[in-house]
Amino acid sequence: MNDLLRKLRPERLRELVLLLLILVVLIFFSTVIEYYLNARLFNRVSTSVAIMGVLAIGQTLVILTRNIDLSVGSMVGFTAYFVGQHLSQNNEITPLVAIFMAIGIGALMGSFNGFLVAFCRIPAIIVTLGTMALYRTLLVEYSDAQTVLTVNLPKWLLDLPRVNVLSYERLNLRLMVAGMFVVVILFQLILRNTSFGRKLYAVGSNPEAAKNSGFPNQKIIFTAFVLCGALAGLTGFMFLARFGNITVVAGSGLELKSVAAAVVGGVNIFGGSGSIFGAVLGAIMIDLLENSLIRWLQISEFWRDAMLGMLILTSVATDSVIMKHFRNYRLKKTSHTNS
Amino acid sequence: MSIVLNKLKSWEGFLSLILISVILVNSLNSESFLSIDNQVNLFELSIEKIIVALIMVFIILNAEIDLSVASMMGLSACTLGLLVESGIPMIPALGLCLVIGAMGGAFNGYWITVFKLPSLVVTLAMLIGFRGLARVLVEDRSIRVFPSWFESLGQQPILGPIPLSIIIFLGLLILALIILQFTGFGRYVYIIGINQNVALYSGINVSRVKLILFTASGFISALAGILFAARLGAVRGDMGLSFELDIITMVLLGGVSIFGGSGSIYGVILSILIVLYLRNGMSLSNITGHVQTGVIGVLLILSVLIPNLKKMIQDFWNQRLK
Repeated sequence: MNDLLRKLRPERLRELVLLLLILVVLIFFSTVIEYYLNARLFNRVSTSVAIMGVLAIGQTLVILTRNIDLSVGSMVGFTAYFVGQHLSQNNEITPLVAIFMAIGIGALMGSFNGFLVAFCRIPAIIVTLGTMALYRTLLVEYSDAQTVLTVNLPKWLLDLPRVNVLSYERLNLRLMVAGMFVVVILFQLILRNTSFGRKLYAVGSNPEAAKNSGFPNQKIIFTAFVLCGALAGLTGFMFLARFGNITVVAGSGLELKSVAAAVVGGVNIFGGSGSIFGAVLGAIMIDLLENSLIRWLQISEFWRDAMLGMLILTSVATDSVIMKHFRNYRLKKTSHTNS
Repeated sequence: MSIVLNKLKSWEGFLSLILISVILVNSLNSESFLSIDNQVNLFELSIEKIIVALIMVFIILNAEIDLSVASMMGLSACTLGLLVESGIPMIPALGLCLVIGAMGGAFNGYWITVFKLPSLVVTLAMLIGFRGLARVLVEDRSIRVFPSWFESLGQQPILGPIPLSIIIFLGLLILALIILQFTGFGRYVYIIGINQNVALYSGINVSRVKLILFTASGFISALAGILFAARLGAVRGDMGLSFELDIITMVLLGGVSIFGGSGSIYGVILSILIVLYLRNGMSLSNITGHVQTGVIGVLLILSVLIPNLKKMIQDFWNQRLK
């Protein structure tokens, strides 16, 4: 029992509970909606999670350092439009160049945020509130009220959302979803096994201690923002591939959803704890609820947002109340056997 | 003379300089800028935001934040529309809306004070939640059922050229000034913002103060929502969408620290005037709304960047001199 307790870190337990909740939601909806559990649900939810998941990873990196990035929605919109416009003017651009273009622009915008937060010491919420408006304005000015249209985009881009890596009967693992998994695993490894990853947690859980231990706090926070911007750029590319038509309001509202995904996934808003897996599970939970509620005819789809709000509240409340008790209980039990 | 110089060095002085230059540029650009009609009009167009900004000052001084205000405005306006549509007379419907606002605010406060959850998360959740409820109530319709006296109250002047909403704003402004400057409660708000633990050990009922503030925030937001409904004469589910950003920008630009404990109503009045005049001036010279938002975003960043840079340069020189 104690062995089990020692292995079961609170963060792991949190992820297991979330996984269980996702299963409960699936079972619940399969009893109230006809033909709910089928391949189409998996394909649809997984594609939309791929977009939200990548963005939530970026947001998690920033939140871990005790900051927040509210400008991700505008960054997604700007890169989606910028890359889309270049691709429509010049269909010869290769996929790899387009992806790197998106990531580069995102990283550039992220580094502006990071510079202001880390080196000019402006609170992140102020900087990113400002750049959220600023990047949106850049997009409006740059676009000159034009829209990126599906007809002008190259064929490979429009086919991208339907490319499968693996297929089992009608269950498809889309390339975009596989791409998200690669990003998830990559960043989970970085956070767990590299010194940069550990420093990210250290800066977030106690900035003073991290500084006194000689960590370059400013550089770490700056890097977190750049990575968040780069991932937002990648999200912008996926957004473009999925929707095709990009207007000037593209991606607005994603900033709050990405924060919500991270928080539901157990990432502490005060920094220092949480994991990439958790954030992606949070994104899955939110997207699953959204997609299911739309199809549940007994309840108006307008309930979606109201329920999402309650979900965020309850998951954070469970975190702070139940997890605290569990942490104390675990500490007591495991230290008891030691002595 | 040195008093004047010292005043100018303070944040309020800096804001006054910006304000004066904005007024100068605007009145040179357009003759109609200083006319009474334009002045009343520009206040009227943002009256809901600046009313909510007053209570937001208290919340941010307390080192908390309320992101759900704009959604609460939408919720109260939609509730009003639905109640009137279903035949309930105007006055009880108005009362019910204000009660719902206060209850929504208390709901926020409950999670923040009892469960000790960060207000950023709680009000972010309710930003989505209240907006969702507003959408549940009116779905994608637009309700236009208000009696004509209610609409004219929101649109016609009642005292000289001044409409009711501006009078309410001025009343609340004076009330806020008195509470913050001359009452014990106002002192508590500051002390909690500076150091919550010190406040707790000095015997201040921190939870009670926070609960009162969030309840008041919900109430005022509901009031602003009603005024908004009266001004537009119709309600929709997306009323006041993303107003919270403008409101928070006004407060932070006014020199209220996001970490709580410092800032004043005077600074916020100046920043409200700057934001309104800047937007009005840009509108008069045909600059679109999106660009205006961008300019205000830059202003927000600059408002914190400039004092920081000043301090950094001072530190740098002091080290050099040593």
